[in-house]
Amino acid sequence: MNVMQPIDRIRGGVHEKERHESGHKHVTGSAEYIDDMPEPAGTLHAYLGLSQRAHAEIVSIDFSEASSSPGVVGILTAEDIPGENDISPVHRHDDPVFAAGKVEFHGQPIFAVVAGTREAARRAAARVKVEYRDLPHAIDVLEAAEADYPLVFDPLKLERGDIETGFAKARNVIEGEMRIGGQDHFYLEGQIALAIPGEDDEIVVHSSTQHPSETQHMVGQVLGVAAHAVTVNVRRMGGGFGGKETQANLFAAVAAIAAKKYGRAVKIRPDRDDDMTATGKRHDFHVGYRIGFDDEGRIEAIDATYSARCGFSADLSGPVTDRALFHADNCYFFPHVRLRSKPLKTNTVSNTAFRGFGGPQGMVGGERMIEEIGYALGKDPLEIRKANFYGDEGRNLTPYHQRVEDNIIGRIVEELETSADYAARRKAVLAFNRDSRIVKRGITLTPVKFGISFTKTEYNQAGALVHVYADGSIQLNHGGTEMGQGLYTKVAQVVADAFQVDLDRIRVTATSTSKVPNTSATAASSGSDLNGMAAADAARQIKARLIRFAAECYGVAESDVVFEPNVVRVGAERMAFSAFIKAAYGARVQLSAAGFYKTPKIHWDRAEGRGRPFFYYAYGASCSEVSVDTLTGEYQVDRTDILHDVGRSLNPAIDIGQVEGGFVQGMGWLTTEELWWDDKGRLRTHAPSTYKIPLASDRPRIFNVKLAEWSVNREETIGRSKAVGEPPLMLAISVLEAISMAAASVADYRICPRIDAPATPERVLMAIERLRAAARKE
Amino acid sequence: MAAEIRNTIRFLLNHEFVELSDVSPVQTLLDFLRLDRRLRGTKEGCAEGDCGACTVLVGHLADGQLKYETVNACIRFVGSLDGCHVVTVEALAAPGGPLHPVQQAMVDTHASQCGFCTPGFVMSLYGLWMENPRPTVEAIERALQGNLCRCTGYAPIIRAAEVVSTIGEVGKDPLVAEREAIGRKLQALKDGKRVVVGEGGERSVLPASVDDLAAVYEAEPDARLVAGATDVGLWVTKFMRDIAPVIHLGHLDELRRISVDAAGVTLGAGVSYTEAYPAIVEHFPQLAELWNRIGGEQVRNMGTVGGNIANGSPIGDTPPPLIALGASVTLRKGGNRRSLPLENFFIDYGKQDRQPGEFVESVRIPFLAANARFAVYKITKRLDEDISAVCGAFRIDLDVGGRVADVVIAYGGMAGTPKRATHAEAALKGRAWDEVSIEAAAAAMATDYTPLTDWRASAAYRLLVAQNLLRRFHLETTGTETVRLDRKVGMAV
Repeated sequence: MNVMQPIDRIRGGVHEKERHESGHKHVTGSAEYIDDMPEPAGTLHAYLGLSQRAHAEIVSIDFSEASSSPGVVGILTAEDIPGENDISPVHRHDDPVFAAGKVEFHGQPIFAVVAGTREAARRAAARVKVEYRDLPHAIDVLEAAEADYPLVFDPLKLERGDIETGFAKARNVIEGEMRIGGQDHFYLEGQIALAIPGEDDEIVVHSSTQHPSETQHMVGQVLGVAAHAVTVNVRRMGGGFGGKETQANLFAAVAAIAAKKYGRAVKIRPDRDDDMTATGKRHDFHVGYRIGFDDEGRIEAIDATYSARCGFSADLSGPVTDRALFHADNCYFFPHVRLRSKPLKTNTVSNTAFRGFGGPQGMVGGERMIEEIGYALGKDPLEIRKANFYGDEGRNLTPYHQRVEDNIIGRIVEELETSADYAARRKAVLAFNRDSRIVKRGITLTPVKFGISFTKTEYNQAGALVHVYADGSIQLNHGGTEMGQGLYTKVAQVVADAFQVDLDRIRVTATSTSKVPNTSATAASSGSDLNGMAAADAARQIKARLIRFAAECYGVAESDVVFEPNVVRVGAERMAFSAFIKAAYGARVQLSAAGFYKTPKIHWDRAEGRGRPFFYYAYGASCSEVSVDTLTGEYQVDRTDILHDVGRSLNPAIDIGQVEGGFVQGMGWLTTEELWWDDKGRLRTHAPSTYKIPLASDRPRIFNVKLAEWSVNREETIGRSKAVGEPPLMLAISVLEAISMAAASVADYRICPRIDAPATPERVLMAIERLRAAARKE
Repeated sequence: MAAEIRNTIRFLLNHEFVELSDVSPVQTLLDFLRLDRRLRGTKEGCAEGDCGACTVLVGHLADGQLKYETVNACIRFVGSLDGCHVVTVEALAAPGGPLHPVQQAMVDTHASQCGFCTPGFVMSLYGLWMENPRPTVEAIERALQGNLCRCTGYAPIIRAAEVVSTIGEVGKDPLVAEREAIGRKLQALKDGKRVVVGEGGERSVLPASVDDLAAVYEAEPDARLVAGATDVGLWVTKFMRDIAPVIHLGHLDELRRISVDAAGVTLGAGVSYTEAYPAIVEHFPQLAELWNRIGGEQVRNMGTVGGNIANGSPIGDTPPPLIALGASVTLRKGGNRRSLPLENFFIDYGKQDRQPGEFVESVRIPFLAANARFAVYKITKRLDEDISAVCGAFRIDLDVGGRVADVVIAYGGMAGTPKRATHAEAALKGRAWDEVSIEAAAAAMATDYTPLTDWRASAAYRLLVAQNLLRRFHLETTGTETVRLDRKVGMAV
């Protein structure tokens, strides 16, 4: 045995600010995305042909010109699908790969041209002539309701207390409505898949997917083969944000069908415009609300209906609209409440998951109700917020009957009020607005509480596979996917920590359905909670074997075998980790393990609207100050302060990145990102030239972001951390409301401006005009 | 005298000399890099010059000086690269070798998440760092206007740009240290010949001189003139339009001349926004903000004022202020030139006063009269890298009595062409420059325009904002009140 000098701690354990595992490859351009992979010899390229009508029967299709175009190998339609022409992730059979007979939205795939090059396939696809017979269409959610369009999923009702009693008791009642726009994901790497046919019915698909297991099943379903024949791999995505949770399946399916048909590898990558036209987005919502409250601003009763533009099929609209309802309360106790969802079918692309999964829309609607109370009573909305925070027994029950047991919003808001100097700055803003005629300012502090867990209980499970090789290097694989959020880095830190070895000893390999089966989507902020625990479980199993081996081999108690930084102490002696592993291998110790985890405590009865859908809550708050030009509606965010709760951070550098990035993405959603359909049902903002996500110059002029370092998850999560992917997006609500306050100043803050989202300069100016007119009338 | 002809395109790609005889007129630099050369560090994010994931540096000799500029490879045609040095992210660090200071800074500040936009950011920051090693936040933001990141929220990328110079010295960078040698290599490629590659209709032509251009275009008036390709590039990548035969203009030094005399500034039609910037800021400081909000940095490096005019778009950024300034254009066909006021060049939507075989050779911008007041305002959904919903430009001359002696008001985004508000002007002319006249002019403006409703703005907003911009101009010319957002908030001094 070698005697080693002990070192303090390993490099890259949990809670360390570790760099992204691919950072050095990102900056050199050597990080490989699917379009960068060397194509197998003879690779063909597929290109989709999209519907040019919002709702129509297909009368005829003329492929002749396309078929004879240079380089074209063939054309796929619904008839070429060997299995089912359906990729509905919720098995509703309403989501065809290729429309057959009828199209239900402008941009729906009808066929795919397969050719020797992408260019040839794309040019030929444009030469196909489709003859349509138009049917009436409904694009907007209210239009669809008016036209009695069906719901794409059973609606949800959350009810607690008795709203009639509540409203009867309330001294003030306000009714109103709000529209909340959708959002395109604008992942920088568009959708893509590369399918490589194998022996018998086997196929390997490289897919830019957040949900490899579902992609595997969908490919199996369209090919009519069992899951064991399909392997789906993904090393990394160039962004996902929910846009590759189900939407990647279409591309994987088409590539797979073509690959099997032609016996050659097939790649498919749509142009950005087609990607944005043919794939789903964040749901737009219409919220109708009735609020009852007392003279202090305490809520007595809330009755609200959240109607969503779901598009032509269900996709994930059921759970998305559910989550909207789960977050209408945000941090506030509603004594009497009724919340209803209306997932409406429309002749638009089927909307899907997007960071927050309906939660942000629920929360924006809820915060609008708070704002209404504030303006109605002439109070600072922050006062109203604090008066309604969840509290002790009797004031801690959510509309879905889960008890809020880990509430820290009071402390978070108090600390942020102090660090952002809220009270003094609000006074200064009010004074500024008295003197400034054209430029007006607004300042708002808004809280966030976000429920963590998939509301579909079965998704809350994960697997991991850890191999320790005889040379002491460690390979880690788990069911989570890397889309930039740093999951691979965090889980590697967990494994490094478990074995007490430096992080560079761990290599994370591409997520593959052949390594870890039956995985859940990397979504719902759950990636490190689930996969971190599964990886820790695998490491625990291997360590247990190693400890048993060492205790037996060296004749010490098991408690005397200790994994210290880069060494293993056995009794009084220490040996290098690699030497120890070599010895264990020699003694025929199994050095590989599959880990597993399932989230405890959660349950949910949707029919009853009761349960504990969330394991815990993540909290945060932000304070934003804005300036608005009342001549044009232009605005800028002058300053934002954020205090956010990630429990005990697994990696503070990565978590800060999630908070900053989530905030700016949320800000884009609520300000400049506008989805605009024309009267023919065509989405006209379908590229970065027309759809405006934030730029560097849009981020707050002063931007202070802090983690609540004192926070520790009450629940036993990995390292007592909390999920971080989605919650920060909703911190951006402070920007929307600060703009609203600046607008409200033109009518002396007596009227709630009711600015719909996104608050484009146009909406802001028009609201200001409305407020000025209303103030003149008084 | 006909020019001598060469049938190959020659340029440097990183450390390599490239000579191509078979180049499609619609071949983009991005596809060439990724498909032909398998250099896959440069990414395609949008294929329309908006996201910057495909950013590379292109070095060219401008009057003997080698300058490197960021460009969008997705809309840059390979045919336009003759005599250039293309630098991609692969050139910055050898595989397995140390990272370039810009790359190291990005890693250290956690400035990449998904990593897909990252090579583009690295190239934009590299271009900035070479010219400006210790940039202000404002300069960094300007350099990054053409780069979209969806993950980070940009804060760590800004930090990276701020710390690069603590990691490495610009002087040791190869493109700086070896600039003279590279310049000599590029100079050697300049043989003064007309370049023609491709056959028949599928030709790209690079005329040897402006005279040669005039001859070539007169002989082939159906050819497509391409300068910066910031619009024509999209005809190819988005609409798959056939644009051949193509005549490239960007390499012609003579078209990139800027001359200043006692009465005004003349910009050659091939002058890019970036090249024009110093002269614009010096002589028309009121245009500086607008200039900095045209496209992103890459687009300003590629796009030209001449192209912005010749293109005839109703939402081009430069025509409204140039009309307000009384600019004129010089058109040339063969050996004949004619000049006309810019506003007369725009006849109708998609129609300009330009004969077959005739091209825009230069733009003349007269200086403002000493007592004139001038401003231009661009209204967009997003502050930077966005197309105008409305762009309003205003010039007034007041007489000694404070009355409006002369007035020009021109808008983009309000009609099928960049168009003057003649009724509003009439309501102001001869009147006192006061609120009463402004309100009369604003009311008259409703008869000047019937704007469209589209995804950028509704008709109602367009008209209201157009009227309010006149009000803003009045306030800015008469008082000291703050009427604009303060972009300096929070900026370190």
